[in-house]
Amino acid sequence: MNALQKVAASVLLVIFVLMVLATFLLPAPFARQFRDIPNAGPSKAHPLGTDALGRDSLSRLLYGTRVSLLLAPAAALLSTLIAALLGSVAGLLGGWFERIVLAATDLSLALPWLFLLLVVRAMLPLDVPPLVSVLIAFLMMGLLGWQASVRVICAAARGVRDSDFLLLARSTGCAPVRLLWRHVAPNLRPLFYAKFFISIPLFILTEANLSILGLGVMEPMPSWGTLMRGFEDFSALSANPWRLVPLVLLVIVVTCFQLVLPPQEVTQ
Amino acid sequence: MRRVCMVFAFTLVLCWPAFVRAESAGQSGGELHFCLRGEPKTFNPLLVEEDASETIRYLTGGVLIRLNRQTQALEPGLAISWKVSDDGRKISFRLRSGLHFSDGTPFTSEDVAYTIKALMDPQLHSPTGDSFRSSDGQVAIQTPSSDTIVATFPAPVAGLERLFDQVAILSAHSPKKEMAVLGPFYVADYAPGSYVLLRRNVNYWKKDKEGKPLPYLDSIRLDIQRNRDIELLRFRRGEIHLINTLDAEYFDRLQKESPAAAHDAGPGLDSEQLWFNQVPAAPLSENKKTWFHSTEFRKAISMAINRSDLSRIVFSGHAQPAFGPVSPANHFWFNSSLPAQKYDSAEALRLLARAGFRLVGETLRDASGNRVEFTVITNSGNKSREQMVTMIQQDLSQIGIKVNLVTLDFPSLIERITRTYDYEACLLGLVNTDLDPNSQMNVWLSSAENHQWNPKQSKPATAWEAELDRLMQAQSSASTDKKRKLDWDKVQQIVADQQPFIYLVNKDAMSAISPAVVGSSPSVLDPHVFWNAEVLRLGPELALGAQK
Amino acid sequence: MIETRKSTKLFQLGLRRLLLLLCLGLAGALVGATLVRFAPGYGVSERELDPRWRAESVEALRQKQALHQGLPSFYFHFLSALAHGDLGESDSLKRPVRELLRQRLPVTANSVVRGLGVAWLAAALLASFGLAFRGWLFQASTTAFNSLLLSLPSAVVAMLAVHLRTPVFCAIAVVVFPRLYSYIRNLLVRSYGQPHVLAARARGLGSRAILFRHVLPLAAPPLLALLGVSFAVSFGAAIPIEALCDSPGLGQLAWQAALSRDLPLIVNVTLVVSLVMLAANSLADLAGRTFSGSMQ
Repeated sequence: MNALQKVAASVLLVIFVLMVLATFLLPAPFARQFRDIPNAGPSKAHPLGTDALGRDSLSRLLYGTRVSLLLAPAAALLSTLIAALLGSVAGLLGGWFERIVLAATDLSLALPWLFLLLVVRAMLPLDVPPLVSVLIAFLMMGLLGWQASVRVICAAARGVRDSDFLLLARSTGCAPVRLLWRHVAPNLRPLFYAKFFISIPLFILTEANLSILGLGVMEPMPSWGTLMRGFEDFSALSANPWRLVPLVLLVIVVTCFQLVLPPQEVTQ
Repeated sequence: MRRVCMVFAFTLVLCWPAFVRAESAGQSGGELHFCLRGEPKTFNPLLVEEDASETIRYLTGGVLIRLNRQTQALEPGLAISWKVSDDGRKISFRLRSGLHFSDGTPFTSEDVAYTIKALMDPQLHSPTGDSFRSSDGQVAIQTPSSDTIVATFPAPVAGLERLFDQVAILSAHSPKKEMAVLGPFYVADYAPGSYVLLRRNVNYWKKDKEGKPLPYLDSIRLDIQRNRDIELLRFRRGEIHLINTLDAEYFDRLQKESPAAAHDAGPGLDSEQLWFNQVPAAPLSENKKTWFHSTEFRKAISMAINRSDLSRIVFSGHAQPAFGPVSPANHFWFNSSLPAQKYDSAEALRLLARAGFRLVGETLRDASGNRVEFTVITNSGNKSREQMVTMIQQDLSQIGIKVNLVTLDFPSLIERITRTYDYEACLLGLVNTDLDPNSQMNVWLSSAENHQWNPKQSKPATAWEAELDRLMQAQSSASTDKKRKLDWDKVQQIVADQQPFIYLVNKDAMSAISPAVVGSSPSVLDPHVFWNAEVLRLGPELALGAQK
Repeated sequence: MIETRKSTKLFQLGLRRLLLLLCLGLAGALVGATLVRFAPGYGVSERELDPRWRAESVEALRQKQALHQGLPSFYFHFLSALAHGDLGESDSLKRPVRELLRQRLPVTANSVVRGLGVAWLAAALLASFGLAFRGWLFQASTTAFNSLLLSLPSAVVAMLAVHLRTPVFCAIAVVVFPRLYSYIRNLLVRSYGQPHVLAARARGLGSRAILFRHVLPLAAPPLLALLGVSFAVSFGAAIPIEALCDSPGLGQLAWQAALSRDLPLIVNVTLVVSLVMLAANSLADLAGRTFSGSMQ
């Protein structure tokens, strides 16, 4: 592990520890509204100020880290696994299986999945516990977010299929699963990583949009996505720059993930 | 001699621009530019259902009686005078003569007759037409002369004269059909998805105090702009001259930058309210149904909500606490003798105790020991409503009640409250364009669609709803407004006692007007800014941001 | 003789492919119709909440809204109308769908193509710089910049575009670029790590020769697949951006149609979008196969 990776890993560790200890570190309960000081600036009692309803922003950020930092990578992992499995198997097998998978992928890219999510929301009871609602939201994202990368992985897997080392492995009688696991997957790993990195911030932002449909995080629970809403008011942002902290934190986390899991080492 | 004439002609030609400019200085009012928030669905004034078409109807339609949005009094429009009979069924108009539609077709009582007949066609199905249909039957119209007309309706119509402010007169004979208008402007160009261009109607009948023809403006350009952030941005850049309705959040943003442009006309007629689902067949648990049907429960909830905090924080002070269906801004119809409700959590708990609820530690439990918890649904994308429910969550947690919030997209929400009744409580707003509360008839009749908490009842479910029905029937056939007010006062009293709707706030009527617009006088009634479009002008002062 | 047989075979293949694409597109449209029909909120309208309506009017309104003809019958009518070139009429906008699509498709096609072009150019440039500069500073800063662009909500990007008065395609480029860059960078690095590339390096081949003769051919099929997919990604990005920037394109149309549950419009937009995506992906696929085929 080189120095850059070490730095990135330690930053992630620090954030992870903060997240776990969040309940002990909260300056105030995240839902409590201090109605005398809405939209306040940073102060000793409220290091990051308060939001429009007077709730402590730092507490909401720390609490929101739990939702976003645990569930978004999990959902990203799920969608990467699905994409990896479908793409590599389709690329390796070729023939009609590949054609079916690719056609299905293309179609599902064009379908309005919004309505499926609405159906899911309609099937859930109204008083579903907030945690369940969030879990379902991220599960849906994981299950519906794999399409874009399947083609790329499939094309790469097709290239691997025709390569020498794979022929060698097959000629020595390597079992298909072992083939996939030991020989093909490591070769395609950089693509899997790319899919994973892209998905994390994407899912965090999508979760905020899902709350428009009634899924995802519901008030008063915070998440990074909901904390980043309202950035369109640039004049307010420039007057209160501390409101950008969730965005900065997200950028740091995604950067560190990318640096910790680099693609293959490049030797010059 | 020829040379003198040539010199004279030459001088005349040189001075001609001066003449022209002097003449047109009074007339050239420029082009007013503002935005529609959606695509206009129709140009037929009788079929208007939504905001965008309503704006175009207001600016192009000629009406018999005009409600002055500032003084809230009725003014003669195309009708010089009118008289409503004692039984409220007959109205006779004396029309102005010698007027023409925008395409030159003469205006006579035949056009009014044609319009009223079309309006009362049972196949029409429009909000404007339905306002007149207090019962089935045909309207009888007589046109004794080309400038008098008498219309007799099958049943008394409450506030009959006021309703004619919504009726733009169509031409019976013009080949242009509904595009021939009597209002200050006419539709000159329409690019779907882009803009609507209105130009001055030279045949408009109204003149200003000095006898100059109105309107002053040459044209009005209405861009179709759905996004409110972009609308505000364009206003700040000086690309548009006004924003008719401004939310509290945008008002504050604008006020910081250009305080002269942000106008708050005071508390308006719009309200936000919360109600509980009282439909007996709703898919709710039995104990929840018992709670929501209990008057003490509803009154306690109303008492435990801190409305002044809602106005102060969610609307930045641009709203007033509301307690009933009629806003205090509605001077005539508001029942001022009702005592104002206080915010009192202790009293709320006492009320709940009387209904069998008890506070066990931090949670409120009902008589059977169930924890009191319910979910409020509201439409997503409306930040104020989400914030209001979040504040209500904290208010009600102080009396041990847990409130959950679910934001749904509007169609799903409407399906739940009008079809499946699969909800517990709902927070929505009512947009009230009419001072006369008779337009809310379908809210208070127990058999009607909009009786939101328990619509379409075959017979009134409770005694107070039966009383509301009786009062509604009484006021719709009462002969004078004073008599109707007595009934409406009683309605407001019942609503305060029973709290079927828990009214939260009355929002202020806020708008943005560029300093370049001369003659504006923002009102509490809609349209707030361009209600007097015919006297608006663009002055020499540069528009906001145009200097940059 | 052999040439003509080969060309007819190619032609038949092409025709079959085209037919398959069309069938898939129609299937997509019909699945979309089913989703819309059974999602909550179909057949209701905001106008029902207007208290001025009488009961009969509300009833008449509901009759007009709902698809009371049943879904299979809708499929049949849609397909038969489509055969005549009639795409139906939009419920919410009351205009023929064909006219709407004709007005709006060029706008979106313009923004998407230009946005994609800019994004690909920027991603390729940055990736090649990354190959040249291997230092940790460059790597960390490009990664951070990439993450920043990924983390910006599309609402913010759209508002920035409106504030700075940049055209819509810039916003689309900003949203699509980081996704492209991540894949391109990882693909290139993966290719560089392949054994035969290492062998070529060991043999002392120049960096330019390595790039063009060994790395790119290996990375070409997935890159071409990425090109095909990037159409889908940029159209997906265009929907919220066009809606927020009020650009009169297909994305805004799709957004409004979804909000108002406008069945004819959604079906047709889904059809157009699936056809475009299927076509783009098939072409990219074909190019990829030809490329790898020619390499062998």
